Amino acid sequence: MSDNAIFRAEGLSKTYPGVKANDAISFEVRPGDIHALLGENGAGKSTLVKTIYGLVRPDEGRMWLDGQPFDPADPHAARAAGVGMVFQHFSLFDAMSVAENIALGLDHPPPRRELASRIATLSEEYGLPLNPARRIADLSAGERQRVEIIRALLGNPRLLIMDEPTSVLTPQEAEILFATLRKLAANGTSILYISHKLEEIRANCDHATILRGGRVIDSTDPRAHSARELAAMMVGGEMREIDRSGRSPGAELLAVRDLTLAAQSVDGTSLKSVSLQVHAGEVLAIGGVAGNGQEELLSALSGEIPSPAGTVTLEGADLARMGPKQRRRAGLLAAPEDRLGHAAVPGFSLTDNALLTATVRQGLAPGGMIRHGAARDFTQKVIAEFDVRTPGPDTAARALSGGNLQKFVIGREVLQAPRVLVVNQPTWGVDAGAAAAIRQALLNLAAGGACVIVISQDLDELLELGDRFCALNGGQLSDPRPVEGLSLDEIGLMLGGAHGTEVAHVDA
Amino acid sequence: MWTLEPRSDAPLLWQLATPVMAVIATMLTGALLFGLMGYDPVAAIRTIFWDPLFGASAGYSRPQLLVKAGPLILIACGLAVGFRAGIWNIGAEGQYIMGGIAGAAVALAAYPAEGWWIFPAMIVAGAAGGWAWGMIPALLRNWFGASEILVSLMLVYVAQKIAAWMAFGPMRNPEGFGMPGSRNLSQYPAAANPEMVPGTGIHWGVIAAAFAVFGVWVLMSRHIRGLQIRAAGEAPRAARFAGVRPSALVAFCLGLSGALAGMAGLFEAAGPAGQITDSFGSGYGFTAIIVAFLGRLHPVGIVLAGLLMALTYIGGDIAQLMLQMPAATVQVFQGMLLFYLLGFDLLTRYRIRRRITA
Repeated sequence: MSDNAIFRAEGLSKTYPGVKANDAISFEVRPGDIHALLGENGAGKSTLVKTIYGLVRPDEGRMWLDGQPFDPADPHAARAAGVGMVFQHFSLFDAMSVAENIALGLDHPPPRRELASRIATLSEEYGLPLNPARRIADLSAGERQRVEIIRALLGNPRLLIMDEPTSVLTPQEAEILFATLRKLAANGTSILYISHKLEEIRANCDHATILRGGRVIDSTDPRAHSARELAAMMVGGEMREIDRSGRSPGAELLAVRDLTLAAQSVDGTSLKSVSLQVHAGEVLAIGGVAGNGQEELLSALSGEIPSPAGTVTLEGADLARMGPKQRRRAGLLAAPEDRLGHAAVPGFSLTDNALLTATVRQGLAPGGMIRHGAARDFTQKVIAEFDVRTPGPDTAARALSGGNLQKFVIGREVLQAPRVLVVNQPTWGVDAGAAAAIRQALLNLAAGGACVIVISQDLDELLELGDRFCALNGGQLSDPRPVEGLSLDEIGLMLGGAHGTEVAHVDA
Repeated sequence: MWTLEPRSDAPLLWQLATPVMAVIATMLTGALLFGLMGYDPVAAIRTIFWDPLFGASAGYSRPQLLVKAGPLILIACGLAVGFRAGIWNIGAEGQYIMGGIAGAAVALAAYPAEGWWIFPAMIVAGAAGGWAWGMIPALLRNWFGASEILVSLMLVYVAQKIAAWMAFGPMRNPEGFGMPGSRNLSQYPAAANPEMVPGTGIHWGVIAAAFAVFGVWVLMSRHIRGLQIRAAGEAPRAARFAGVRPSALVAFCLGLSGALAGMAGLFEAAGPAGQITDSFGSGYGFTAIIVAFLGRLHPVGIVLAGLLMALTYIGGDIAQLMLQMPAATVQVFQGMLLFYLLGFDLLTRYRIRRRITA
């Protein structure tokens, strides 16, 4: 143990009913390091950083910040002591300006003019260009993140915690972020960087603490290990290989022709002349940062939003005017991104949730009367085949963890043997093991002669699954390109580069 | 310091316990109120909740229980379906009045003919009248996004004016010596809705309420449409994803609750009330809202809640007669009941925790 550590934790433990989230965690962060906290969902990363940020009180263990004992009662105390945090989900008010949002997040906001000048200084210094007067609603995800970072930096933190910051960024935007982080580290602010993206950590972090099941597995230099070794430490065993074999493109199944849809709400995106053709046995990967028409495209395909006649056809049959029920009967199924509230009703049992979408194809309610036994059997089958961890089919959807519910939602559609399945963010917030299982199920579906359209922000996932790749940006869909031989740079450009954000200049 | 912590799911025990707690709290507060007003609180509570069933004159008041509970349950069944879907029909009172007028119109047009078809035709007309009045807020919501809460409520007052117009104008009894009000349908055998078994209070409206209870139970727990209605109330986007068209659901729910309220109005006009007067609307449509919530929007609960509310009506009348209590007593009781129910409902969705501040 070196004495000059910025932050040190010893024996931190936190038990929730039924689960030991943190189990005697000890690690330290050195000055000027970008320190990665690596682990699957449920490994205890969130609990650990919430403890450091004063949101969770540990049951046992002690912490030191700058050599002083550190025991924050709440986030105010943590910020006062020099800990800043940038959350994965932004807490910004869309209708307010950048400066107003930053002032709202500070414990003691300075006068407006002084604040504006301090924002300008910080953004200049760290290459985070931001216009304090702009409205949040007009900013890209990368720019919103800058607002959060500047807000955290205004507290002069000694330790800055970043929770999965690149999950919403394009590759180019991520590069800009890392340049900023390196500069911060060089100026003496240590970064605690949470992620499960191995390549990113290997490329940018000085040190990595790997968590699994609430315990520290190793604390090491990530550059000394291969991504495969890190993954093995993370999941505790070899990663399952994805099997892409056994697929051959067949006849055209689904065709979307010149689909234009006005935005459904003020914050929505309109679809602009979207066209695509997909074939039996094929996986089409659609990339892009969320909010660029992904939800609208899924709704237009699922039948939630009907479109002008002739714009959506399945094996020649015009489905554009049809609702979700008729489209399911025809074999066009979908699994939306938002699990609770869109794909499933939170308060409904799994059986009732199965009835929501599987009634037509599985004949679960002939003449309208529900066959509860058959619905239960189908639900049991989904639970068994997709390894959904739940007490049973009567459990409410909201009682399931995100990953388990996602397995259920995907399984519910896959087991209905669709002709075409459209999924949005199929593995968002799902741990690596479950994600691999979901991806394999989607590939098996394609191998069986169906077609799968995967909409996702996760480029690794898209490249792993897709035969062809296209980008959805501002409601426009690019021409598809074969995934074979596509470089990350090219993909970044297809996604609109750094999304036309104000250009960053970082001297690193 | 006490804090509220959201529960992951609403325990059945609390769902059953909160209506009972609300009733008890209402009794206690009522007793306190009566005490402050100078009445004997124990006697007052006994007069309202005990005497109608087991008191000296219970033989007269007991049949009234079903007479009053029938329309409440019939209306509440329809409302509960809509409330489950998040469609708030507050105007059942207006649909009740319009159903009564439409049904009575058929009878008055047929008078003095006799025929087996007259009463069934009145039921259909009553349901149609209530349905039509319910479709006005439904269409305004679907076409213009108007709030069905406000529109349906405002239409109550329009319906009351129409009832007054009918009583003084087109429907006035030509043999009524100029008194306002229609012919008394209970004295017109083809159109009458009499007590079927003497001493029970059972009339066709009570039978209809029993069918409605069973029908709503089948719809909500056995039919795919009921599942979709519940989905729409809990997660509108999920319901849409499942294939529910929001506009069709609005029309269905307001139409159904309107038709049931209209039927209740007809049975009342042809039976206990006997005629259309300017004060035909007696508040059943509003009280049924309390019945629906007190019964947890479940058919069985609605039966129990309907009987309880009927009891407060009768008990209030007796208290007025025996103890000279003000007529507003019943309304105060019903208001308190809804207030406490909504208050205690917090306990089903949250647990109260003592926060240890370190």
